[in-house]
Amino acid sequence: MLPDKNGYYGQFGGRFVPETLMSAIFELENFYKKVKLDKNFKREFSFYLTNYAGRPTPLYFAKNLSRKFGSKIYLKREDLCHTGSHKINNALGQALLAKKMGKTRIIAETGAGQHGVAVATVCALFGIKCDVYMGDADIKRQSLNVFRMKLLGANVIPVHSGSCTLKDAINEAMRDWVTNVKTTYYLIGSCVGPHPYPLIVRDFQSVIGKEARKQILEVEKKLPDYLVACVGGGSNSIGLFHPFYNDKSVKFIGVEAGGLGLLSGKHSASIECGKIGVLHGTKTFILQDKNGQILPTHSVSAGLDYPGVGPEHSFYKQTGRASYVSVTDCEAIDGFKLLSESEGIIPALESAHAIAYLTKMAMKLKNKIVIVCLSGRGDKDIDITHK
Amino acid sequence: MTRIEKLLTELKRKNKKALVVFLTAGYPDIKTTEKIILDIEKYADIIELGIPFSDPIADGATIQYSSQKSLEKKINLKKIFSIVKNIRKKTDIPIVLMGYLNPIYNFGLERFYNIAEKTGVDGVIIPDLSNEDSGIPRGGIKKLAKTYNIAFIPFIALTTENHRAKKIAESSTGFVYITAVTGITGARKDVSNDLIPYLTMMRKETKTPLLVGFGISKPEHIKKLKNYCDGFIVGSAVIELIRQKKSVESFIKQLKKSINNF
Repeated sequence: MLPDKNGYYGQFGGRFVPETLMSAIFELENFYKKVKLDKNFKREFSFYLTNYAGRPTPLYFAKNLSRKFGSKIYLKREDLCHTGSHKINNALGQALLAKKMGKTRIIAETGAGQHGVAVATVCALFGIKCDVYMGDADIKRQSLNVFRMKLLGANVIPVHSGSCTLKDAINEAMRDWVTNVKTTYYLIGSCVGPHPYPLIVRDFQSVIGKEARKQILEVEKKLPDYLVACVGGGSNSIGLFHPFYNDKSVKFIGVEAGGLGLLSGKHSASIECGKIGVLHGTKTFILQDKNGQILPTHSVSAGLDYPGVGPEHSFYKQTGRASYVSVTDCEAIDGFKLLSESEGIIPALESAHAIAYLTKMAMKLKNKIVIVCLSGRGDKDIDITHK
Repeated sequence: MTRIEKLLTELKRKNKKALVVFLTAGYPDIKTTEKIILDIEKYADIIELGIPFSDPIADGATIQYSSQKSLEKKINLKKIFSIVKNIRKKTDIPIVLMGYLNPIYNFGLERFYNIAEKTGVDGVIIPDLSNEDSGIPRGGIKKLAKTYNIAFIPFIALTTENHRAKKIAESSTGFVYITAVTGITGARKDVSNDLIPYLTMMRKETKTPLLVGFGISKPEHIKKLKNYCDGFIVGSAVIELIRQKKSVESFIKQLKKSINNF
């Protein structure tokens, strides 16, 4: 099972970080290896997932959508998790790790604020000091989440460098980590960054796919034809896809943020339009210019607004295990409305990308079984979609 | 032996310490970069030219700023190689390039090392390349450095565990870049208290020259450390002077004096 011992998924992955961080990365890797097999840790993690995060989440049969598309559409309801998105799964897992490692401070980056809220929440729960880096542009467009983080006792640090979005928040968080590595745990929110983070995040998010697989087999007595999920860094999608990896008949579709259209250059479709490179500690597909400088990205959804993607997704792309597509901002907003009106569920703009792709794949949808990951709820996006 | 190794062996024989000066290539413009190199050539032992990157995670505010300004002037690797080519017509001072992996990877690793050798680059430092990744795939960057006779200059940090630090030092074909602080680049009031014991330990472990950088900005830092290492790297302090349009030459002259007690 991938990654290999150096954290590679095929040619993707690795740990490209300043030397100061290497000891922390080895420490984390060794600690995680032990903890992963530890029954007490598993029991504790599972306790919090059930009693605090509200798992398992339902696999909801979306009757009206199903009628519209002539296929059985199931929604994996991560929006019903505590804090409103799948981010809590990973935040709980990693905070428990940090606590066991004896770290006294947690830092995190956030784009849409969903990960930041999840981290602020678990830090409140476990009594750990919490600093969250957030791009200035994102602070403005996701103000509700900024308010929530502050209410939960976290310190939100605005980032003014670069494009003032998720990528720059990660840069700042890494600089903080380099400086305070002895006491501080960096709680990365997506399956990106240096090894072992892509592995850890995937493992903690795999609860999505494990539950979905069990649930669909119970109801349908067979596996689904398609799994559809949005991909920014790619944590909800890898969490859904990974447990189905060996079920070769199940097709994976990752939906990237097409922004104003792929030809406009204003998008975040790293897999479709990126080149292989190294960013934030990992070798993966990256949106970059001809000189290898990282390009500014755009998406209506702050959570997908990132120029890289998790290395395991790059591996799935290169080996053909998953296909990656994109929908534009406008299509995502149509998806947002479609789910709200047809099922009475307001999705996060990130998840609305996955919903929107159903319309684009409608031709293929006859008597199929589809699971869509509804990674988060959309209260935070009401202001944006209103405009 | 690379030219860097020869130089450092020679300095050691004379009981002298090396002074490496970092400049962000093309900040504030190409002409100034070239001029400063010629101005300080008689005091500096090695010039470290920074390849600007959009997302420099190991750098503090000063070098982030100079990198951004340099990128705004459309500096790229091609132009940096032409700086080296120009400089080579006027001076033999050893030049090392310091750059994050992505622009180099994007340029093409083999092409990068090939052109580096042709233009007269003596060494390469990649701050986000770990020892574990430098050999991937099959020999990777270490092998290219060897093929093209370019010094491979790795980092050791105060957090690097002894056994690994020794391994890293042995992989060097120039010097080891030891970070004086646990943190990012940038001038500081003082260096870490852990530094002297760490350098003492490293001195016992390896014969590879140990050069100290990150936070080195004053003659006092140099006085405090010079009996424990083989040289110093100054960066942010120099960039600050350029930013304030002050003389880099007199600062470097002063540092050189404190190194060798002229």
